Amino acid sequence: MERYHTGIESPRGVWWRPAHRTEKIWVSVAFAWCMVLFAMMPIWHLKGGQNPSGIRHRVDPRAFQDRVEEFIATYKVGEDRGFPIVEPPPGSDIYLLGRMWSWTPILKLRKGATYTLHLSSLDVNHGFNLHPFNVNFQVVPGYDYGLRVTPTEAGDFRIVCNEFCGIGHHLMLGRVIVVDEDAAVAARTGGER
Amino acid sequence: MKNGFRTCPTTGLRVHAQADALIKANAVAATVALLVGGIAAVLVLLTRWPAVHLLDAVWFYRLLTVHGMTMLIFFILFFEMAVLYFAGPVLLNSRVPAPRLAWAAFGLMVAGALVVEWAMWTGRADVLFTSYVPLRAHPAYYLGVILFAVGALAVVGLFFASLVVARRERTYEGSVPLVTFGAATAAIIAVITLGHGAAIYVPTFLWSLGRADVDPQVYRLVWWGLGHASQQINVAAMVAVWYLLGALTVGAVVLNEKISRTAFVLYVLFISMAAAHHLLVDPGLGPAWKVANTSYFMYMAVLASLIHGFTVPAGIELGQRLRGFVQGAFGWLRRAPWGDPGFSSLAFSVVIFGFVGGITGVTFGTEQINIIAHNTLRVPGHFHATVVGGTAAAFMGLTYYVVPLVFRKRVALWPLARIQPYLFAGGMFVFSVAMTFAGTFGVPRRHWDITFAGAPFDLQFSPAVDLVLGVMALGGLLAVVGGGLYILITVASVFFGRPLAAEGSADARGLPAGIVAPPLRRAAAPSLDPDRAGRFGHTPGTAILVAVFLAAFVLYYFVNWKLLSVVWKIG
Repeated sequence: MERYHTGIESPRGVWWRPAHRTEKIWVSVAFAWCMVLFAMMPIWHLKGGQNPSGIRHRVDPRAFQDRVEEFIATYKVGEDRGFPIVEPPPGSDIYLLGRMWSWTPILKLRKGATYTLHLSSLDVNHGFNLHPFNVNFQVVPGYDYGLRVTPTEAGDFRIVCNEFCGIGHHLMLGRVIVVDEDAAVAARTGGER
Repeated sequence: MKNGFRTCPTTGLRVHAQADALIKANAVAATVALLVGGIAAVLVLLTRWPAVHLLDAVWFYRLLTVHGMTMLIFFILFFEMAVLYFAGPVLLNSRVPAPRLAWAAFGLMVAGALVVEWAMWTGRADVLFTSYVPLRAHPAYYLGVILFAVGALAVVGLFFASLVVARRERTYEGSVPLVTFGAATAAIIAVITLGHGAAIYVPTFLWSLGRADVDPQVYRLVWWGLGHASQQINVAAMVAVWYLLGALTVGAVVLNEKISRTAFVLYVLFISMAAAHHLLVDPGLGPAWKVANTSYFMYMAVLASLIHGFTVPAGIELGQRLRGFVQGAFGWLRRAPWGDPGFSSLAFSVVIFGFVGGITGVTFGTEQINIIAHNTLRVPGHFHATVVGGTAAAFMGLTYYVVPLVFRKRVALWPLARIQPYLFAGGMFVFSVAMTFAGTFGVPRRHWDITFAGAPFDLQFSPAVDLVLGVMALGGLLAVVGGGLYILITVASVFFGRPLAAEGSADARGLPAGIVAPPLRRAAAPSLDPDRAGRFGHTPGTAILVAVFLAAFVLYYFVNWKLLSVVWKIG
């Protein structure tokens, strides 16, 4: 026969006693589940297609801006509402600069091609949200986040800023165009909407 | 009253007058903070409801800053200071060591809070709760936070001192009660948290004066050591309050001290590293760091929560069975005192924290799944379930016992008090589920206008989003009504309430069931016959409940991996 007490009473004597069977079972099940939670992350690194590792290093915001401008000058194919449209070759390094309160440039990519997308900010933290896929990354000034991305669908997409960056935060909207490889050549001259 | 002590007729505890007074002062400060944060909450909510869109952009971000800071720091910490004075001196029949220092600490916290509020309301700190460098606030803002933190740290130190004093003066026999043990883990986590706070707010204060440099990524890293760790104080304090409310309302027992205390120790060892999950899609940190912190470390804290998620309801079940409610698997639950706001708050707190807050939190805190959760409405959806539906609901439930036990008053507006938890927790449940769901569509958090009027391009969310945000708003308004009632009831009770009549009075109006007929079973408890235990031991109902919980968890977790697998390839 066991005598119980509540959580606001001081346990007298030795309370380091074996647990009930049910309690033991639950602790074991919970521990096993935690191990599943742990295993899924390394497994996804090996087998999964979405990992936030990337290539990461520090970068001077001005130097990053220079790289973006060079990138735009090299691959610019058009313009939309004052923003350059840039169509880089598959496999290349591509750049996206966040600043108060815009994303530069408009990227034109090919479905199924892989690019290394470099994200950084000129001023404060910004949040990269690729709409409508709900893909999110933190964009931190002074850091270059190089992510290998492969668009899986053609379409006209948006980049929402989802990190508060000042009073114009809600105006910060960018654009990404993904074209089908076959149609890409034909579309090269007609990026404008 | 003898030597500054009185004996509590309900619990039999010896209560120091200074402990009484400090609990009252901190509870009042917490309620004022809740009012301020609540006003901001309504206005923010009515702005994020697209059909209303009340505030302009400037005031939206300003009041969002006020809401976050006032609720997550001021309301919660003032209440937790009261919990520390209760779990230390009161539960140990001891005195408050150095009461003058205690009052100085309280004064410092109030002063810090007032300075921060001034900076926020006057537009000198439109940087949101996180104040990510290089967004810049007025230096007074950072200074106010530092003052508040120093005061809180002093109270934590006094709590530890009270443990030492009580032991030296032999005011209790055996080990400290489990609730005190839980509060002690909260206090240890508070030291870790406030240490991070000092490590980041002091340099940031100097930076705001132009005297230091702060790296934006380092800021995020160290700040979250405060920002998330402070929520871990809440978790530990809330779980301690779960055990406390269980004991007060239905005489919940401790199944096994070893298991419950080990779980609290797991919090101390591992929960601080859980802050890493805010940086899973950040550029400054590598995959090994991310995986290590969110798995080896965080999941051991998750294990602790899973353990409490079993032992708390199981303790209630066994307590109820010992009181004679032995029918079927759920007779103990059906016949629980659902009209006692202390008990209903406890039940909702456990369910919302576990089913909504816990499952979503662990899932979003997975390195890769964070890609489809970071900075969307899924995040505030998660933490409103933990901090509001979980912690705040539990604290509110405790208040219905603090009023008679500490303030020596009856709870005013009793019929309203009985339904208050249903409105507050029910509303919060709807609110947080809808908010989390809206985030699945990629709706950003901290955003004034998701119609993007005036932006260079057009963007339209799925039409379902409008509907979901409408549901969110209705749930939020319901919770606001519940929160408003709570403030009304506590103010009415404390300032205009009828005093508790002499002991033994049969007049039960305005008193929770656990006060009228205390379930505490000290010594005289009947024992259950171990031979009569069923297949699932003495707590078959809880065994079924946790099985349902685990199934929901597994389902939600793997659905999210599926959702992740269909987005762009990223590596």
